[in-house]
Amino acid sequence: MKSNIFDLSVYTSSFDHLLMENFSPFWAVAIEMVLIGVAILAFYAVVGLYLVYAERKVCAFMQCRVGPNRVGPYGFFQTIADLIKLLMKELIPIKNADKLLFNIAPFIVIIASFMAIAAIPFAKGLHAIDFNIGIFYIMAVSSMGVVGILIAGWASNNKYSMIGAMRSGAQIVSYELSVGLSLVTIVILAGSLQLSTIVEAQSNGWFIFTGHIPAVIAFVVFLVAATAETNRGPFDLAEAESELTAGFHTEYSGIKFAFFFLAEYMNMFIVASIAATIFLGGWMPLHIGGWEGFNNIMDYIPSALWYIGKTAFVIFIMMWFKWTFPRLRIDQLLTLEWKYLLPINLVNIMIMAFVVLMGWHF
Amino acid sequence: MSIHELMFYVFSGMILLFSVLTVTSRRILRAAVYLLFVLVSTAGIYFMLNYQFLAAVQLTLYAGGIVVLIIFSILLTSHISQKFEPIGIKKMVFSALAVAAGAVLTIMTVVGYGFDSTVITSENPDMETIGLSLLSYGKNGYVLPFEVISILLLAAMVASIVIAKKEKSQ
Repeated sequence: MKSNIFDLSVYTSSFDHLLMENFSPFWAVAIEMVLIGVAILAFYAVVGLYLVYAERKVCAFMQCRVGPNRVGPYGFFQTIADLIKLLMKELIPIKNADKLLFNIAPFIVIIASFMAIAAIPFAKGLHAIDFNIGIFYIMAVSSMGVVGILIAGWASNNKYSMIGAMRSGAQIVSYELSVGLSLVTIVILAGSLQLSTIVEAQSNGWFIFTGHIPAVIAFVVFLVAATAETNRGPFDLAEAESELTAGFHTEYSGIKFAFFFLAEYMNMFIVASIAATIFLGGWMPLHIGGWEGFNNIMDYIPSALWYIGKTAFVIFIMMWFKWTFPRLRIDQLLTLEWKYLLPINLVNIMIMAFVVLMGWHF
Repeated sequence: MSIHELMFYVFSGMILLFSVLTVTSRRILRAAVYLLFVLVSTAGIYFMLNYQFLAAVQLTLYAGGIVVLIIFSILLTSHISQKFEPIGIKKMVFSALAVAAGAVLTIMTVVGYGFDSTVITSENPDMETIGLSLLSYGKNGYVLPFEVISILLLAAMVASIVIAKKEKSQ
């Protein structure tokens, strides 16, 4: 079947040829690396800003309020104003803190999420690195963010920060298992870890439809575990403001605090785009196996729009969680993971393997 | 200088620098963080060699797993004001001698081996090959070590559960 989806790699490869003709390979690669780095950095900043705006709007919607509506139309520039305010705030030095670790902690958190973004397929042909082990790479890199949180809590020399860091460590280490295992369920169905192959494999229907029951269970488990892994409510024990002031980032001010804040939102974005890519087909338009005409019409909607739409949908669900559920206690949190999600996940993997072996998927 | 050589020097420089800092730092959490940097740089070398699977394993297991556990246990046991005493001259001299002897031995072996500059076609084994050879018992099969390690892991898990289990209050 010839696909009508526009392939952005036409532009990227012609640009690559242009560089290769005019520069030596060393400089061509160096220029490409810098350009991609700058592009991802800009993307990171813009998406981070507008996720904060979206969160405030969604929160307002859930609570029957209007939300930010003064700065620009519909309060659209509110978060830019907030950013400028944060940039101008004083960075308060802590007297008895471990200065070095205190200062590098925000960077570890932000670099971990920054590295994960490079391997996400944004549209057909718009994919910075397509690793053979794509999903595994994203899991590996994003698991390093917790180190930054632990260091931040310890280096602040403050008992609230310390308790927040310990909680967040216990939480992330345990929920990582569920995230990984629910992804493994879909990897069994796709037969590959490479993100481009996984997206291509969904051209006859997204995995959440073709994998039916086990895929839906995996999707639900992934959403719960991913919300917990990004330290978002109702699992935001690490920064529970009613008991720990602000948890691990109590002592941070100004732009260093903004780094933690931004990294939290970007982790949510990364998790949402993994969910969109693995379960909902990534940039692949809504295809139904056999319906040629319908599939062709769907192909005319640009692949980037499909990707953004699905990611926004998952992000909306995660924000909905945050503003409608009460916060869990730490023992409830760990019970949920070890006594419910993990066994469900393990059984679900076996069901999925059985379904794939018997050929019961579509 | 090609981009690969440049990257190699950057990564090995980082590994050397942070390894030394890991063992000389007098604050325990800083030592753990330097160890993290060493492990991440090693993963960088694996990425450079195009062996992505091992690199990701290095990041998940060592950087995301073991270092997190080390940091966790430091958080539970030590206080921020704690600093190790500087070691005495005698200890310093003897450890320097031991390190120098080890380094000389390793360098002599490496130089004496005389590596052939043959080009091996860089194979990047995909997940399917790795998975199949883990579970096959023919040539290049690893099913025996795989099973032995599983039993070891099972024993460790049972042991930790027994230690952590609460006694039923009578």
